[in-house]
Amino acid sequence: MDNQLQTSERFKPPKTRRDFLGLLAAWSAIAAFVMAILGAFRLPMPSVFPESDSRAKLGKPKQFTVGAQTYFAKQRLWLYRDEAGFHALSSVCTHLGCIAERLDDGQFSCPCHGSKFDEAGRVKGGPAPKGLIWVELSVSPEGWLVADTLKEVTPGTKLLA
Amino acid sequence: MAETDMKNQPSDAKPSEAKPSGRAIGEPGAVRDFAGNLAGTPRTFRQTLIRHGTPTSDRAKSQAVFTNFFLHLLPTRTHLHAIKATTTLGLGVATLVLFVLLCVTGVLLMVYYKPSVEGAYGSMLDIMHVVPTGNLMRNVHRWGAHAMVACLMLHMARVFYTAAYKSPREFNWVLGMLLFVVTLGLSFTGYLLPWDQLAFWAVTIGANIAQSPQELTDALGVTSVFDVGRMQKEVLLGAHYVGQEALIRFYVLHVMVLPIVASILIAVHFWRIRKDGGLARPASADTADSGGAATADMTPALKTYGLMAVMKDKTPVVNREMRNTIMTWPNVIYVIGAVTMVTTLAMLVLGMWFDAPLREMANPAVPENPAKAPWYFLGLQELVSYSAFMGGVGIPAIVVLGLALVPYLDREREDVGVWFSGAQGRRVTLGSMVFAVLVVVGMLWFTVRNGWLRNWEATAHVPQIVITFFNPGTVFVLLFALWSVAVVKITRSTRMGAIALFTCFLVGFVILTYFATVHRGPNWDFYWSQAEWPVH
Ligand code: HEM
Ligand code: FES
Repeated sequence: MDNQLQTSERFKPPKTRRDFLGLLAAWSAIAAFVMAILGAFRLPMPSVFPESDSRAKLGKPKQFTVGAQTYFAKQRLWLYRDEAGFHALSSVCTHLGCIAERLDDGQFSCPCHGSKFDEAGRVKGGPAPKGLIWVELSVSPEGWLVADTLKEVTPGTKLLA
Repeated sequence: MAETDMKNQPSDAKPSEAKPSGRAIGEPGAVRDFAGNLAGTPRTFRQTLIRHGTPTSDRAKSQAVFTNFFLHLLPTRTHLHAIKATTTLGLGVATLVLFVLLCVTGVLLMVYYKPSVEGAYGSMLDIMHVVPTGNLMRNVHRWGAHAMVACLMLHMARVFYTAAYKSPREFNWVLGMLLFVVTLGLSFTGYLLPWDQLAFWAVTIGANIAQSPQELTDALGVTSVFDVGRMQKEVLLGAHYVGQEALIRFYVLHVMVLPIVASILIAVHFWRIRKDGGLARPASADTADSGGAATADMTPALKTYGLMAVMKDKTPVVNREMRNTIMTWPNVIYVIGAVTMVTTLAMLVLGMWFDAPLREMANPAVPENPAKAPWYFLGLQELVSYSAFMGGVGIPAIVVLGLALVPYLDREREDVGVWFSGAQGRRVTLGSMVFAVLVVVGMLWFTVRNGWLRNWEATAHVPQIVITFFNPGTVFVLLFALWSVAVVKITRSTRMGAIALFTCFLVGFVILTYFATVHRGPNWDFYWSQAEWPVH
């Protein structure tokens, strides 16, 4: 009779200390399991990248005359030198990563979904959510002009030559 | 051979096989027995393997299904409705057959394929030109993948329009949605492996879609603290650009992780079909010749009653199971065999006649123009050309979640197992088709002609967030939702609303896919046909 009562759905036995301990055990087991899984899934998140040395020497500053506009295919960037100094624009489209083509008038146009950017990389049309990236430039101790393709600077920033 | 009994022992076992133990080693009888056993081994092996001969009686036929590991997936008797061609159109089985074909051809390709940036493209060329039957296997693998996605979508549409997702099959529908996502994942990860231009650029675009939540976090100004987009891309690629790390990751997902997940999900999918009482069928399928009234709340026939005997609950209706059913062996086996043969044959013929394409080797410096994904992703690619985040993440998530919730939002019990749930459903389907065609074609026409916010003087400088939430894609989805709500209001039926929504999405998918396949060319510009593409 007792057994039958217990298995009936309508009979809810009062909570006891044992239930409490049981629940505690069950939940700590679940928590431990979840933590273990989270720990395991930390693995695919890389902490070192194959491109970890994303800096590249572009040349000596004096190689580039004022007004020079040079493309570096491997780094996918355009290097400009004007009176104010150097700056570099990444040609990687901010929409979905195709390579924007620089037209004769200095503007950019992306072949993949038709994003358009002006000479300074500002969005002119198409789906790109933001302007082309201004890549960080610096001069190394040995006097090389170095670009770090994974670092960006505020548009308009120029490296004094 | 005579039919077997429940103990599965060959009834014609020779007395010598069941020899009494206790004979001393070395007695001459043992050697004779050994010789006899050896001679009889082919027969006894067959008996232990198959355990019965060709079954003739109903009982033996039931046994044939019940005691076989592979066949016991099926009930021993099957409802007539389930093998009517118009019930399933054979689509679920065809999807399964394609999955198996893909596993087989895939393992064969693995024998030669090298998942490395230097080796991958070369091994594809080897497979195509040097490996015996390599080209055929590759073709079957490629066309099979396309066909599996097609059958999967048609299967889903069949389940939807026959209202087979309703109680008690809600969860199986959810499992189906998971299978849908996993199958698309399989195809996306497979796309990179040939390492040709198309693979490289389509996957670059895909990986950047994973990064596109930045569009939203940038607008909210929280990217620096909470950059999900970047995390997703880094986990997917193991790097900042598509390269060796990405190739290995995609390979592991494609040949190990996703096939295993899919196999497990398929097994559970099938198990649920049995536990849910076989395929959904209308009440009329039972009343037809049985005479007895069948009501919706009766325990479905063909359910496994094992546990019902040991608990207190409603007693299942007995003796109804036999009505309108046929022996699974051999009838259902024939049907499944026929679908298997037709599907396999179709793939072989496709594979012999048409070669799967392979472009030039991947070149990270020059984008493929246009870089089109496989056809089933092209609709998304069109949406992505309005907003990367909404088209690539937002709208797909809404569609998948929305579809997964359908059985929980529409709980009407009538007309299960009836195509379109009857005449009203057919009208709603037609009406929704017309509506969706007008909306999608109209929006595409408008966008191609006039562009969108950025192309207009007054709105040229609206912030990105406005475009993210207000673009041709979100307008479709909103109009579809409003239409479906209107249908629910007018028909006072959630089933009709569900039909309206599903039809709109289906039509939208078909038109966008067609449009992006045929009318989008270089720079994602509009062209009437590929003949008009500029040549350079
Ligand atoms: C790898 C993918 C899949 C395989 C191999 C598969 C296979 C099957 C098979 C063999 C059946 C038996 C009936 C038939 O042949 O149509 C079935 C039924 C069913 N499938 Fe799938 N399926 C898959 C994906 C899906 C998807 C994407 C959905 C929906 C979201 C889905 C939902 C269902 C439901 C609810 C049933 C029960 C239908 C009924 O009772 O009439 N399945 N599936
Ligand atoms: S990737 Fe440049 S517009 Fe889409």
